[in-house]
Amino acid sequence: MDRNRIIADLTEILRDALNDDALVVTPELRAKDHPEWDSFNHINIIVAAEAKFDVKFNTTEVDGLRNVGDLIALIERKTNKAA
Amino acid sequence: MSNCSGSELHWLVPSGDFTERVRELQNASGIEGWTLARDLADRRLDFMQTRKLDRTVQMLAERDAPALPRLKLAIIGSSTLDHLAPAIRMAALRRGLFVEIQIGDYGQWRQAILDPISDLYAFAPDAVLLCHEISALISEQPLASTDADVATAIGDAVRDLRALWALVRERANAVVIQQTPWRIDPPLLGHMDRSLPAAPRSIAARLDIELAAAAQADGVLLLDLNAAAAETGTRHIGDIALWHHAKQAISPVAAPWYGDQVGRILAALRGLSRKVLVLDLDNTLWGGVVGDDGLDGIVIGQGSAAGESFAAFQRYVKRLAERGIVLAVSSKNDRAVAELPFREHPDMVLRLEDFAAFEADWNDKPSALVRIAQDLELGLESFVFIDDNPVERALMRQTLPQVAVPELPAAPELYARCIADAGYFEAVAFTAEDTQRNRQYVANRARKSLQTSSTDLESFLRDLEMVLTVAPFRRIDLARITQLINKTNQFNLTTRRYTEAEVEALMNNPDVVTVTGRLVDKFGDNGLTSILIGRPAGENGESAIEIDTWLMSCRVLGRHVEEAVLCALANEARARGAAHLIGRYRPTPKNAMVKQHYRKLGFHPFDTGENDGDDELWRLSLGPQPMQAPAHIQLVLTKEH
Repeated sequence: MDRNRIIADLTEILRDALNDDALVVTPELRAKDHPEWDSFNHINIIVAAEAKFDVKFNTTEVDGLRNVGDLIALIERKTNKAA
Repeated sequence: MSNCSGSELHWLVPSGDFTERVRELQNASGIEGWTLARDLADRRLDFMQTRKLDRTVQMLAERDAPALPRLKLAIIGSSTLDHLAPAIRMAALRRGLFVEIQIGDYGQWRQAILDPISDLYAFAPDAVLLCHEISALISEQPLASTDADVATAIGDAVRDLRALWALVRERANAVVIQQTPWRIDPPLLGHMDRSLPAAPRSIAARLDIELAAAAQADGVLLLDLNAAAAETGTRHIGDIALWHHAKQAISPVAAPWYGDQVGRILAALRGLSRKVLVLDLDNTLWGGVVGDDGLDGIVIGQGSAAGESFAAFQRYVKRLAERGIVLAVSSKNDRAVAELPFREHPDMVLRLEDFAAFEADWNDKPSALVRIAQDLELGLESFVFIDDNPVERALMRQTLPQVAVPELPAAPELYARCIADAGYFEAVAFTAEDTQRNRQYVANRARKSLQTSSTDLESFLRDLEMVLTVAPFRRIDLARITQLINKTNQFNLTTRRYTEAEVEALMNNPDVVTVTGRLVDKFGDNGLTSILIGRPAGENGESAIEIDTWLMSCRVLGRHVEEAVLCALANEARARGAAHLIGRYRPTPKNAMVKQHYRKLGFHPFDTGENDGDDELWRLSLGPQPMQAPAHIQLVLTKEH
């Protein structure tokens, strides 16, 4: 899947989950950069991304995420493998 | 096209223009806002949409309180539960109930119950939902454990829960809802698990059975998660990865589904379950169009899979009637043609005498439904409308949004599943009355035709040969009394709701006068149809009885039963030395029909100056002579509890 498409979809998910319509998503963005991004919303973001991109992340993959860039790369890898 | 699988709420309409409408809702207010909110809650939303709607609705509630019944729900349990609250609130809103939720701290469920000054009790919940996984109740049993060891472990766990239920009921005076414990562990031996007492599947099955029996005995409601999830597919409900990430037993993806399971129980508790099923005929109860295809051409019964599917659906409908759902027909047909299959087709399961109303003409269906509602004297929010035709469904939703209209799948074999999954008819009690209800409404049709044939009202009433048996609250009637108290909206003077525990306390309080009335006439037993609760109220040194609660089932209206019931209450009050009866009318959006109730019975309005809101107070002086019952009703008094 195209990287820009993934970023656009992730932006929508993050804005929804974090209730922040002005959020600008960059690969460097981390959970601790946003006050609404707690463990509860973290799970919501992961689950919403799974549904949106029709993929499944295992516990190791989720534990290894450091920032949005990692999540984008993970989605890229999974969706390209599927295609 | 929905196929009734997975955890999707397949009976709801698709989310459509949700994103635009929820934006509208952010700026809406008042009735318009709440109408839109309920419309959006009635759509098939995923968990993120549900969260978004919930957030918007919470903001709306801060601007404008909803004119809806309310309920405070506390949820405590051994897993992470916060993500379920939005879906529960929206599922309740879907059913016309505004729910406030408090979620207990993670892992603190036992402390919340044991500590008498915990946040749980400070919240003063109306209902408390307990959610557990098996591992939180029973420690892992060695596989070599004997049957007796396992029985002891399960018995201890159930006893422990029962003690906690009792505490919650005593301290919070709340209804307890226990979720069947969720199983995280996969089986060890597979199908052999059941023959090994300590294996996960064995413990799960046994715990469910014992917990269900204990809940039944203690008046605790069961949220049978395991049974519901088994039908949906447990892997659609729980996600083991999320259990390890966040201790979520229920996946956020399944939150709308879980919320709906809880929402339907809460709605049932508040008497908001539906009561009537209105059915289309062609391609709903049989395949084909009887007017075109003729009696021989319609598809019903043996001979084809479709015919068997329609017959199976009719059997399901018949069983719904058996459990207390009232049946009606709305068909665009000539009446004689519509009735033909019921009269002459040998494979029909349903018969004309199964229906309390039968509307067949060429007018629009919303007007037919309004006529049925008037006929049955039930509000539109009691109705479910089943039609295979999407145009009819859309028209009904648009014209009468109070009526529930499921998105029927285009497959007769799934009709029953669709209705069951939608949870319209959830019950919190099942009484002997329920098994008779449809029959009573059908008998009412016969009474009405007698009414049109009798030349005057007096002779009609006399011809009914009514016998009203009046008794104080009795233990055997507790479930039915509680059911009526919580679901009667129209003929209800104060609309005070009481739990079964509270009703029992009233029954046992010698200062309180309790009255039930059971009406039998020549068409049959109408069952328990009148409930009164009188409390002592002194004024100016004179003793009085204030009527705390007076409600009646609408199906006995216009028959002077209220006069007979008043007579019983007045004479009991006189016997207790009361000089007056005090009546209270507390207006709600639904009880305008009894606004003049006390005036009609000869009460006089008065004002104490300390009036509570919009309440109207009425007084009746009890004369020196006992009151006489209306001539056409024979009054039978039963004293014992």
